Amino acid sequence: MSHHGHGHSHPHAFRALWGWPIALGLLTAIGLISALFSDGGLGDIVAWVTLGAVTATGLWFGWARR
Amino acid sequence: MTSSAIKGWAWVHKWSSLVCTVFMLLLCLTGLPLIFHHEIGHLLGTEVDAPPMPAGTPRASLDKVLEVARAQHPDRVVQFASPPEDNDDIWFVTMTPTPAPTDDFRSVAVDARTAQVLAQPRFDEGFMYVMFKLHVDLFAGLPGKLFLGLMGLLLLVAIVSGVVLYSPFMRKLEFGTVRRDKRPRLKWLDLHNLLGIVTLVWALVVGATGMINTWADLVIKYWQYDQLTAILAPYQGEQTVPLAERGSVQRSLEAARAQAPDTRVSFIAFPGTAFSSPHHTTFFFKGNEPFTSRLLQPVLVDAKTTQVTAAPHLPWYLTALLVSQPLHFGDYGGMPMQIIWALLDIATIIVLGSGLYLWLRKGKTEGQHKPHAAAAGVAGSTPQPASPSPQPAMGRSGATTDGAPAARWEGTP
Repeated sequence: MSHHGHGHSHPHAFRALWGWPIALGLLTAIGLISALFSDGGLGDIVAWVTLGAVTATGLWFGWARR
Repeated sequence: MTSSAIKGWAWVHKWSSLVCTVFMLLLCLTGLPLIFHHEIGHLLGTEVDAPPMPAGTPRASLDKVLEVARAQHPDRVVQFASPPEDNDDIWFVTMTPTPAPTDDFRSVAVDARTAQVLAQPRFDEGFMYVMFKLHVDLFAGLPGKLFLGLMGLLLLVAIVSGVVLYSPFMRKLEFGTVRRDKRPRLKWLDLHNLLGIVTLVWALVVGATGMINTWADLVIKYWQYDQLTAILAPYQGEQTVPLAERGSVQRSLEAARAQAPDTRVSFIAFPGTAFSSPHHTTFFFKGNEPFTSRLLQPVLVDAKTTQVTAAPHLPWYLTALLVSQPLHFGDYGGMPMQIIWALLDIATIIVLGSGLYLWLRKGKTEGQHKPHAAAAGVAGSTPQPASPSPQPAMGRSGATTDGAPAARWEGTP
């Protein structure tokens, strides 16, 4: 990302800004891929948990938290 | 990031979004019912079910099945035959005026055991068909598909530029901040940023795989040119094999299956159709494992002699196309995944709608915001040391305080 360089001098600032987005992106990627290799098995459950967490994050910060 | 770089990215974000937003809203709205097309089909009664029979009930000859289907539409030819995705008890036989690709098709569902007609579902009319066509090609065939693919490319550009802009907007804000007590514009800006970053990877994947799907027709044409040209060289100058000269399709199926053990039929393409050659009946088999069930093994069988001509390996570009499809449809992880897909789709609609709103409201609020509003906007977030790096503020509001860049940025998309 363009702010990586910036992040070296301010590692905390980088983490504060990109920590959540990176975690959410990784969770999404894991969920999308794991279900590809599963048919009603563990991979599907991993996908529900990871993608569900990502969706819940949007709902929580967007609406639930006041 | 320098302020001119931010200006440049903002320009890219604004225009890539503006051009594609209306079409993306259409795709998100029409895609929503398509996520549940099986369930809706059951509700509408358009799904076909075969009566249960004891396991091991002998299957009717495929030749008989096709004959029964042809009798329903003597003026048409068989283009494709396929079983439902997870059930071998039915053959769906697709019938068209000629072997050429067309939207004018009839479907006959034949019981694979008794060779009796179960139903003649119309897949070319009704609410779901309209949703499907609007989603796939805007009722405009290949040009419509490619146009939507281009809009998908613009969406990807908008997403990437949006991620770049996330940093100047959010640097002074805690993740997930939604300033709802301020003017509505701030609230929608925050929701746009929040939902945009939450759905980022999903939207990139669904957008990119959707774009790849618009190239399907071209990719298959290229496959015929790339792999089938050599295989078909001996047949040069011959016409499409007429029905009367074709050998048994059942025997062809058995010959083909011997080339692909431990697989199931995905679909059969008859001579002269887009997925076959003029001289072959092509059988596409899929694997039995979760992942291999998405991949296809084509086997070309000479339509006259019923001898296998070739079983070419699927090239990487067709593999990529096939793997990209579930990632677009969200149909590979059961009902919970479909619900998640729908929620993320709705979140994307909100991102698109709020983006449009922010652009439309831009002129009206310009110059209204004051630096103190910006400072108040970050009051609740973690205090951060003043950054020595260039601030993204454009100075439009004349702010000199270390206010939130996002608030100072309000005037831009």
